[in-house]
Amino acid sequence: MKTKMSPLSKLYVAFILLFLYAPIVVMIVFSFNDSASTSVISGFSLRWYESLLHDDGTMKALSNTLILAVTSSLTATVMGTAAAVGINTFRNKYIKKITMGVTNIPMMNPEIVTGISMMLLFVFCAKLVGKTDALGFGTMLIAHVTFNLPYVILSVLPKLRQLDKYLPEAAMDLGCTPVQAFFKVVLPSISTGIVSGFMMSFTLSLDDFVISYFTQGPSFETLPIRIFSMTKKRVTPDMYALSTLIFVAILLLLVLLNVAQAKGEKRMSNKLNKGVKK
Amino acid sequence: MKKKSLSKKLTASPYLVWAAIFIIVPLIFVVYYSVTDGNGNFTLEYIMDIGKYKDVMLNSIWLGFIATVISLVISYPLAYIMARSGANVQRTMMILVMLPMWMNLLIRTYSMMILLQDTGIINTALSWLGIPPLHMINTQGAVVLGMVYNYIPYMILPLYSIMAKMDHNLIEAAEDLGANKLTVLKDIILPLSLPGIASGFTMVFVPSVSTFYISKKLGGNTFSLIGDVIEMQFKSANNYNLGAALSLVLMVLIIVCMMVMNRFTGEDDDGGVLI
Repeated sequence: MKTKMSPLSKLYVAFILLFLYAPIVVMIVFSFNDSASTSVISGFSLRWYESLLHDDGTMKALSNTLILAVTSSLTATVMGTAAAVGINTFRNKYIKKITMGVTNIPMMNPEIVTGISMMLLFVFCAKLVGKTDALGFGTMLIAHVTFNLPYVILSVLPKLRQLDKYLPEAAMDLGCTPVQAFFKVVLPSISTGIVSGFMMSFTLSLDDFVISYFTQGPSFETLPIRIFSMTKKRVTPDMYALSTLIFVAILLLLVLLNVAQAKGEKRMSNKLNKGVKK
Repeated sequence: MKKKSLSKKLTASPYLVWAAIFIIVPLIFVVYYSVTDGNGNFTLEYIMDIGKYKDVMLNSIWLGFIATVISLVISYPLAYIMARSGANVQRTMMILVMLPMWMNLLIRTYSMMILLQDTGIINTALSWLGIPPLHMINTQGAVVLGMVYNYIPYMILPLYSIMAKMDHNLIEAAEDLGANKLTVLKDIILPLSLPGIASGFTMVFVPSVSTFYISKKLGGNTFSLIGDVIEMQFKSANNYNLGAALSLVLMVLIIVCMMVMNRFTGEDDDGGVLI
């Protein structure tokens, strides 16, 4: 039984939303502010959006961030899905437990510890081969793949467990090779898990600051790193302009996804109703 | 038959190798660096040094704990309200709660700083109302507020998802049998939502205790948290050994806290606390 919200509940929800969105509203308002001040509003202007477009450093950082997010989440999705398929066939209870325990480490450990532990490894290996500028795209990619992997594995494994294990066998009895059976039967049934693992990796990677901060080198700057070095001094409002644009893009994406999902559900229930009528 | 399942097992091997090199070995390096000096000789000097940071450590845990409890208290009614409302409201609320998580943490914290400044928006609004300005920035309270603000979605989401799954008939049955609202909350809703509380608690507590950005921006230079001290060792003081020793202690402390927490909620460990 779903009930209507009472006025008190509405007030409570409104209060929390105010808390969650106040800083974001501040950011959006100041992105349209004419002056560079963060306490005085002196008129509407789009100058920060314009200066953002001409800021090569930020644009480069944006493309670096996207490149890193795409490569790391794709790598993690492929390796993680393969891993989940393998782990699902593990029969030895202890091996399974240890594997899952290790998989949980990057999720449970504080990010700063994950970051510095990888930094120590990279710095040590660089010292061994006598390189001084080892940190860069490569090390960041390794770090991002590592913290993305558990999310992929943990979203694919439940789907594999739900899968009827006789299904691939039936496909093979009907003449499929094991590889065909995997791509034609198993993969479509676990695709929702793979997609959600990929999406999670992608967003985590886009937004990661702490782990990137410790594994990054001067040759490859991502957006969060650039924002960090800017907030050391004063943030210029073009950063607000950029954040506002990102905010609007994500908002649109989420709304579209949800509308599509709601429509899908409606269609499904309509179909079911029709089925009953017949 | 045997051969097939063997080849399936092999698909996990790239990951297993990867996990060994990039999850296990780095942790061994943390231990190695914390018990050696700059030349690689064994020493317990850095482990001993940790005593000096006892207060910083305890303060971090304390502030993180307060932030987590505040998040829990605020989120619990919200999650309940969300779970009890219509499908469209639930969907919209999910978007509204998740959306701030995709905004960069640094930018959000910076905006928070602008709000809290002595000449910031809140104080300007207060002065219009004739209320004397409040000093909020660079206090421990501001840091706790920043932690709550940044990590509260991680508390709301697991609570909401467990409450949405809760069988409402149980609550009605209890009410039919004469239980008042408080009894229903204590005997039905609370026990059923314990796993959600446990995962929300972990997901807020761990990043709060180990943060260094929030404390830097909202706490000013008035005090530091354990995350600040570790960051400093790696990024400016270049004392990797002390940094590693402190990280090791932080890691152990968090594991202990989590074990206590899991015992407390009686949650059986089934691998992972995904939302």
